[in-house]
Amino acid sequence: MAKQLVLMKGNQAIAEAAIRCGCDGYFGYPITPQSEVLEHLMAERPYLTTGMVVLQAESELASINMVYAGAAAGKRVMTSSSSPGFSLMQEGLSYIAGAELPALCVNVVRGGPGLGTIQPSQSDYFQTTKGGGHGDYRLITLAPASVQEMYDFVELGFDLAFKYRNPVAILSDGVIGQVMEKVMVDDYKPRWTNEYIEQNCPWAATGHRSTGKHRIVTSLELEALKQEAINDRIQAKYRKCEEEDARYEAIQCDDAEYIFVAYGSAARICMKSVELARAEGIKVGLIRPITLWPFPTKAVAEIGGRMKKILSVEMNAGQMIEDVKLAVGCKIPVEHYGRYGGVIPTPVEILDALKKMIK
Amino acid sequence: MTEEIIIAGFGGQGVLSMGKILAYAGIMQDKEVSWLPSYGPEMRGGTSNVTVILSDERICSPYLNQFDTAIILNQQSMDKFEAAVKPGGLLIYDPNGISHHPTRKDINIYQVAATDKASELGIAKLFNMIVLGGFLKVKPLVTPEMLHKGLEKSLPERHHHLIPKNEEAVEIGKGLLKPYHTI
Repeated sequence: MAKQLVLMKGNQAIAEAAIRCGCDGYFGYPITPQSEVLEHLMAERPYLTTGMVVLQAESELASINMVYAGAAAGKRVMTSSSSPGFSLMQEGLSYIAGAELPALCVNVVRGGPGLGTIQPSQSDYFQTTKGGGHGDYRLITLAPASVQEMYDFVELGFDLAFKYRNPVAILSDGVIGQVMEKVMVDDYKPRWTNEYIEQNCPWAATGHRSTGKHRIVTSLELEALKQEAINDRIQAKYRKCEEEDARYEAIQCDDAEYIFVAYGSAARICMKSVELARAEGIKVGLIRPITLWPFPTKAVAEIGGRMKKILSVEMNAGQMIEDVKLAVGCKIPVEHYGRYGGVIPTPVEILDALKKMIK
Repeated sequence: MTEEIIIAGFGGQGVLSMGKILAYAGIMQDKEVSWLPSYGPEMRGGTSNVTVILSDERICSPYLNQFDTAIILNQQSMDKFEAAVKPGGLLIYDPNGISHHPTRKDINIYQVAATDKASELGIAKLFNMIVLGGFLKVKPLVTPEMLHKGLEKSLPERHHHLIPKNEEAVEIGKGLLKPYHTI
């Protein structure tokens, strides 16, 4: 079977992409609004076809530590959750980053803080991009704005995770998780063989079949100078990632006098606001960061630097705005507009916020 | 062409599946589509709604507060969405259980008495397809052929023998449509 066009929810696209891109294992625990990830995997039963393991763990802590173990063996493994569950995974993510292992984790964000609400939100931006766990680490963070990107970013996420041997997050939200759109799905790719892992992942604990040498995976190093050297190595990877893998989309920015900066579902809503504003003669564009870490600082600086004002639109109290301000060096006025606690801003209300800013 | 639609009623009326069938039919007709349900506490025993967008272009926001068409199936949804129809837009509703009829003068309003008809014919489960027929009569966005393909895609195979009955219900809905107020 070649490429195929299907209609599915964002959450289902995550699951379908995992199966088709040759993921080895999914470990997760249900939570609204992302339960369809596990549901779809259980319905498709890939363990009977590709051999991918699907396991409902007893908790989020168990899930992330199963991911840690799978990753240590060089397997392409993943988990998914929503905000309160994702908070529980932070210790594990820090360990995975510290042990320099590749892994994919999906957060379909809901309103917080605390148990919060089950409605969509973007209030986990700080947690995901600034490090929710301890230590000097980063999560490479992809922010899909469509069901197609939910699909595409699973394989991309695994590629980046293995390129940098670092955990990658897909930071989505209830809108993109629940909406159904057209998706072009790929043909099934085979999972990596043990021989392939043996040859290509010299760090992986595969049972030392060929070399006989012990491969120890740990995030513990008691000698400070050695731990500093590990940190140097990790930071060097992050600088390389900032250089090579910051992604964004610029929409109608060429003639714009103002821009929105928004990601994920907020960016989709802003696209409509751009349409409405331009119908009224307001020259506004949109920068949509696709990677939230590394933040597309250069693009925002360059495009944003030409604007009269910038409006950072987020479904939170103002988190990404800090990165926008840093990018433009505070030379251009940057304001925030947001709704939170599960409320989704409408295209018209964002347009009104833009007009208020311009006045 | 871009058509932005809200379908709203009680959970269990087939609001979400009506939207899904419309979305699938749209895909068959090479349109871009988006289907966004209300989810969570709203759905449990209460109101349920879905935003469906069909377009020839890339769809911007799946979440909207103004619609070209509102298909309304209970009073709560009427209270919430009558004002959300764009001027010049379309409102279709089932008068069953509606105590406050719509009062807008700047939109086209039609009735489809689908609840009564469905119970008269003993086809309560096809209620939503009767409503869909009413809508397609006013706005033939998808052809009957594409609707057929859409039904094939959205219904599991074990239900495919029911497709002709669904199509009949759509035709019944087309005949049932009654103007309430037109501009």
